[in-house]
Amino acid sequence: MSKHPNQSNGPFHPVSAPDFLPLPQLQRLQLQRLQNIVRRAYDHVELFRRRMDERGLKPADLQALDDLAQLPFTDKGDLRDTYPFGLFASPMKDIVRLHASSGTTGKPIVVAYTGADLNVWSSVMERAFAVCGLHESDVIQNAYGYGLFTGGLGAHYGAERLGATVIPISGGNTDRQIMVMRDFGVTAVCCTPSYFLHMLDRASELGVDLRGLPLRAGVFGAEPWTTAMRVRIEEMAGIRAFDIYGLSEIIGPGVAIECECQNGLHIFEDHFYPEIIDPETGAPLPDGVEGELVLTTLSKQAMPMIRYRTRDITALIPGTCPCGRTLRRMQRISRRSDDMLIIRGVNVFPSQVESVLLEMEGTLPHYRIILTREHGLDQLEVQVEVTAHMFSDRVGALETLHDELADAMERVLQLRTRITLVEPRTIPRSEGKSQRVIDRRSS
Amino acid sequence: MKVTQLSVFAENKPGHILAPCRLLAEAGVDIRALSLADTQRFGILRLIVSNWQAASKLLEEAGFLVRATEVLAVEVPDHPGGLAHVLSTFEGSDINIEYMYAFPFAREERAVLVFRFDNPDAAMERLCAAGIAMVERDELFAGNVVR
Repeated sequence: MSKHPNQSNGPFHPVSAPDFLPLPQLQRLQLQRLQNIVRRAYDHVELFRRRMDERGLKPADLQALDDLAQLPFTDKGDLRDTYPFGLFASPMKDIVRLHASSGTTGKPIVVAYTGADLNVWSSVMERAFAVCGLHESDVIQNAYGYGLFTGGLGAHYGAERLGATVIPISGGNTDRQIMVMRDFGVTAVCCTPSYFLHMLDRASELGVDLRGLPLRAGVFGAEPWTTAMRVRIEEMAGIRAFDIYGLSEIIGPGVAIECECQNGLHIFEDHFYPEIIDPETGAPLPDGVEGELVLTTLSKQAMPMIRYRTRDITALIPGTCPCGRTLRRMQRISRRSDDMLIIRGVNVFPSQVESVLLEMEGTLPHYRIILTREHGLDQLEVQVEVTAHMFSDRVGALETLHDELADAMERVLQLRTRITLVEPRTIPRSEGKSQRVIDRRSS
Repeated sequence: MKVTQLSVFAENKPGHILAPCRLLAEAGVDIRALSLADTQRFGILRLIVSNWQAASKLLEEAGFLVRATEVLAVEVPDHPGGLAHVLSTFEGSDINIEYMYAFPFAREERAVLVFRFDNPDAAMERLCAAGIAMVERDELFAGNVVR
């Protein structure tokens, strides 16, 4: 018995045809679309026109894909500065949907779609599901949040277009998620990886073993996760776990997806053109070198994004994928350039803390990073929920665990770390993107 | 005889010992013996209760981290040298006492010591050989206990 989607899938899904375009044909299509979109942005978006004019550039100067590197970047600040509708290239009568990101500070970021844009979005999401080996016989439980967040509706329309049976359960109410998963014969689930881990914990408390269910695939995204998390999810749930990538500013979920090779995410570059740049200097970097991902939407009408700086750190993987897709791959996102914490001048990424915990414990306990400032010095605290596996009735055993964690953190982070062992279920759970870092240094 | 002890993890914060005790009180669970091991960072509450299976389930369902461990309850004569006599039983063996605590037991002026050994079976053998009485579970909850 196999649960591998590609083996139950048979021949490639017909919607996957654009994934296999010969390179010259793909590049011709990209250049043609790029020229159109730059023209559209120049004609309709004041900010973009001004920046082009300042550099003495006209849309007609774009003669080759490489010329894109001369164009100005767009970033999150531009979206905030032009809040709410300043970057729209379509009149409101043509716009059929608005979404907004959950802004952590102040105003959210608003994104717009024409009917044609929604069509592109659902088609890339459909292709993404097909890449994961899903098809019309699948029952897809969509536990991404429905609403202003793009995850819920993005996955919903893609799954529906694929012809799968969609369960629009949205996020939250974990007991009901598990009941539905078991009772409705769910074969695939979409949510954030941290929420799925939470579901796994809850299922085990309820005595439900997901390995005994028809569930065979998970499409997980909206936050960075590690390979170790994937291994744990795949083992505990008996599924293949695929990484999906996307962001509202570009379209939502459906920008890139892992294939059955699980070695990088194929970017749907017939619609989203990728570049990797040095986050400090903005200079383009060659394939294989890690840097910040910059994306240009090639077909988006309502809100074209030219050279949008994602803040996500990755690299384009050189060479072709054994699956035969010509779409370039990017490494799974390990971190974001703005996730980086600077603690006493040392760069720290939450993913490093996660890797230490995983290495020490074998599984990822719930944890939280707390930053404070005491007597002018930054203090790094990692709160770790004690699990049944770690707990002992002997003080010495817990002291040893504590000291080993503190030592390992210091070795990896190059910083003294205060480890606090906390009681189970005391760290707040998230049903969307998890809040791993609490920074209380603002003083 | 071996007695099952429950250990509960608690953060070293005000009120964190009260919560599990209150939970057990409300469920009518009798706490016969209790010991708190604490460090600056956390505490471990150790309990010997009337119905450990039910108490463990209750605590776990309320979100506490619980571990059941087998300990030995040993009667110690309540006079000088009583404890030393019990401890001398293990002299020359590699049996290690992980921790111990005492509580009063109103039978012939005796106290009960709870021992957590790294090897409880070996310890039990030695105690039996030395003729030192161990308290049975049932005796602990027989009602003849100092209140």
